[in-house]
Amino acid sequence: MSNEAIIQVEHGAGQEIHELHEGHHHHQSFITKYVFSQDHKMIAKQFLITGMIWAIIGGLMSVLFRIQLGYPDASFPILEDIFGHWAKGGKIQPEFYYALITMHGTILVFFVLTAGLSGTFANLLIPLQIGARDMASPMLNMLSYWFFFSASMVLFSSLFVQTGPAAGGWTVYPPLSALGDASQGSKIGMDLWLVALALFVISTLLGGLNYVSTILNMRTKGMSMTRMPLTIWAILFTAILGILSFPVLFSGFILLLFDRHLGTSFYLSDIVIGGKVLPNEGGSAILYQHLFWFLGHPEVYIIILPTMGLVSEVMSVNARKPIFGYMAMVGSLFAITVLAFLVWAHHMFVTGLNPFLGSFFVLLTLLIAVPSAIKVFNWLTTLWRGNIQFTTAMLFAIGFVSMFISGGLTGIFLGNSTLDMHLHDTYFVIAHFHIVMGISAFLGMFAGIYHWFPKMFGRYLNSTLGNLHFWITLVCAYIIFWPMHYEGFAGMPRRYYDYSSWESFKDFVELNKVISFAAILSFAAQLMFVFNFFYSIFYGRKVTTMNPWHSSTLEWTTPINPGHGNWPGEIPEVHRWPYDYGKDGKDFIAQTTPVDESESKH
Amino acid sequence: MSELMGLQQKKIHPNKFTLWVALGSIVMMFAGLTSAYIVKRNQNGWLSFELPRIFWYSTLVILLSSLTIQMALRAFQEREMARYRLMITVTASLGLLFVTLQVLGFMSFQESGLKMIGRGSSASYSFLLAIGGLHAVHVLGGVIALLVMFFRAFSKKFRSYSIVPVEVVATYWHFVDILWIYLFIFFNWAN
Ligand code: HEM
Ligand SMILES: [Cu+2]
Repeated sequence: MSNEAIIQVEHGAGQEIHELHEGHHHHQSFITKYVFSQDHKMIAKQFLITGMIWAIIGGLMSVLFRIQLGYPDASFPILEDIFGHWAKGGKIQPEFYYALITMHGTILVFFVLTAGLSGTFANLLIPLQIGARDMASPMLNMLSYWFFFSASMVLFSSLFVQTGPAAGGWTVYPPLSALGDASQGSKIGMDLWLVALALFVISTLLGGLNYVSTILNMRTKGMSMTRMPLTIWAILFTAILGILSFPVLFSGFILLLFDRHLGTSFYLSDIVIGGKVLPNEGGSAILYQHLFWFLGHPEVYIIILPTMGLVSEVMSVNARKPIFGYMAMVGSLFAITVLAFLVWAHHMFVTGLNPFLGSFFVLLTLLIAVPSAIKVFNWLTTLWRGNIQFTTAMLFAIGFVSMFISGGLTGIFLGNSTLDMHLHDTYFVIAHFHIVMGISAFLGMFAGIYHWFPKMFGRYLNSTLGNLHFWITLVCAYIIFWPMHYEGFAGMPRRYYDYSSWESFKDFVELNKVISFAAILSFAAQLMFVFNFFYSIFYGRKVTTMNPWHSSTLEWTTPINPGHGNWPGEIPEVHRWPYDYGKDGKDFIAQTTPVDESESKH
Repeated sequence: MSELMGLQQKKIHPNKFTLWVALGSIVMMFAGLTSAYIVKRNQNGWLSFELPRIFWYSTLVILLSSLTIQMALRAFQEREMARYRLMITVTASLGLLFVTLQVLGFMSFQESGLKMIGRGSSASYSFLLAIGGLHAVHVLGGVIALLVMFFRAFSKKFRSYSIVPVEVVATYWHFVDILWIYLFIFFNWAN
């Protein structure tokens, strides 16, 4: 793109940009097309592939610590060959174990399910589904990716420092994380972790600003807010959550960095390390937990909301039925967004929180189950008596609903502070959040990838491999996480290195083996997906029609391989909501079709 | 078409809109920090303090800079480019002066025995540095934006007469000004 075009894009408003923008996408070098691209579709692919690389790394870490948990007595010399002193004698060392679970959590929560997920689908779908040539600011958008990339580089490099990466759980609670002398994992690795996350926050904010601004300002003619697909609503609320909560996490990190390097005592008080009394006084570690969970809870919804949008869309298209309760869906997304800011202390019931205050948080926490249940109800009624097309995407969407129900129900246990006293920091929590967030979000993301892969690459993913991928993933997920509920009821604490030396947990040794086996199998299934993904980019079956899923939304009115600018001619005008399936005897009516006099109302 | 233009006029420019959302985000960060401060203040062992004089001067400086950026905006509207360039230069210098005064203020605070960092420091004081320092970084960000505007005003390549970037920077500048006033009142009377 020439300089004038850039200036125009920056200074022009709304519609005028579009006309000028077009036609400048022919002479592009490799660098501007694939590396420093400002095309939202390319940025989406960059986020997706970076996220996939992280998912493989993070998943591999879980395989490693599951080996330790399933076979605490065995030794695997090959581990020592690869990891050296971290796996002395072929056994994963305790420090290594702690670092592994910390990195696994950080990578999966932030780098895969936040950046990888939102980054991919917000970038791909916003302009395509609201009818815009690109984001409000393609420049900020590109910066958002490159901040994510530098965050990735910093975090990745922390895996190779002498004392290892951060260790202390993905929440990096002080005092442990504030004191370099306290453990190996609190030395330079922790600084790199904080820097990486700070860069990550900037990336998320730049991205989020752009998403909100684009959705509210750049919709095509006729695309009123209530004609937007639910994907866009979900992304809008996700971005708002991020914009308002990530800065608070950032401030928590700043204070932590002060404590680490400037001798302050925001979080530190009365601490003895190795018999040495530290001078810090008057700080409070709980303060960090408040700052962390004020983001931390919205963060879990930042992960799940986009997938709720993807699933709604995929489900409606493949049930050949309008989504049930569109306004209720939007309303519950809104309710979840508001409530997400008011429940953070349910992660802190056992910190000595005032029980009276706690009861408010119990109430608000249980309230969040209401909009969640409304959504589930609406998905089920969308499926009800639908003409269901069991595409791979649809399988994943249905799997998402199954998982979300299972995990949501256990949330209700945890939301009661009295029960949580017993369940907090046990495997019950692990089971709860992996099912409701981890697996559900992955299933929803896969639904999105299988569904929009043809739009991204002009080819299909192989559906035999896809179906295999789905069934192995679903079955393994239940085998892995269902038993953890029982372990949690029995009081088995999370983040321990070896349970076999406890009388009360000895019974679980065999169960842990089964879990580990399923974990390794499901990791293999993900590698199969990765193969399918890259193979299909180059050799997959070619898409031959513009609208392979017979979908009514705008992205399928673009050419099979859209250029920068998306529509070769004018941006189409929108005349109706996006869910006219099976109406008046027609299979579907595209959003671009004007409303007919004789049409029935929906 | 003219209808469409009319619509465009009423709508807020996307870049300005983005700025407002970004300001909301910055507000959340300082809200997080100042509420942490309030929580700490209500616990035992809180030490109250008085802000050194210097901070009063820096407050004056930043107030003045809001005035000059407004004058720059006016000059731009009237296409008085020489006056415009002068005014953004003055604003940027005032911004730098503000940051310098802040740093001097922090130093005199620390030296007067109210230790913000290091051995024997107290969180009661450290907050001033953490929050005030973060604010100063935001002012520096504004100075950099002004520098970009400055070079653009000379550049042959960017012959742009769009007022949007100037308005965006001016809004941001007023924002960091108001933010400091808030913090200033906060530190003076909320400890
Ligand atoms: C039905 C509504 C839900 C309720 C009532 C609920 C309640 C809770 C409670 C009380 C805890 C704290 C447990 C403890 O640490 O002792 C918790 C943990 C957690 N929840 Fe939920 N939850 C719900 C849905 C969700 C959803 C939808 C997600 C994510 C998409 C989620 C993600 C998490 C995560 C990640 C944790 C654990 C964080 C950690 O300690 O590492 N929850 N949940
Ligand atoms: Cu929560």
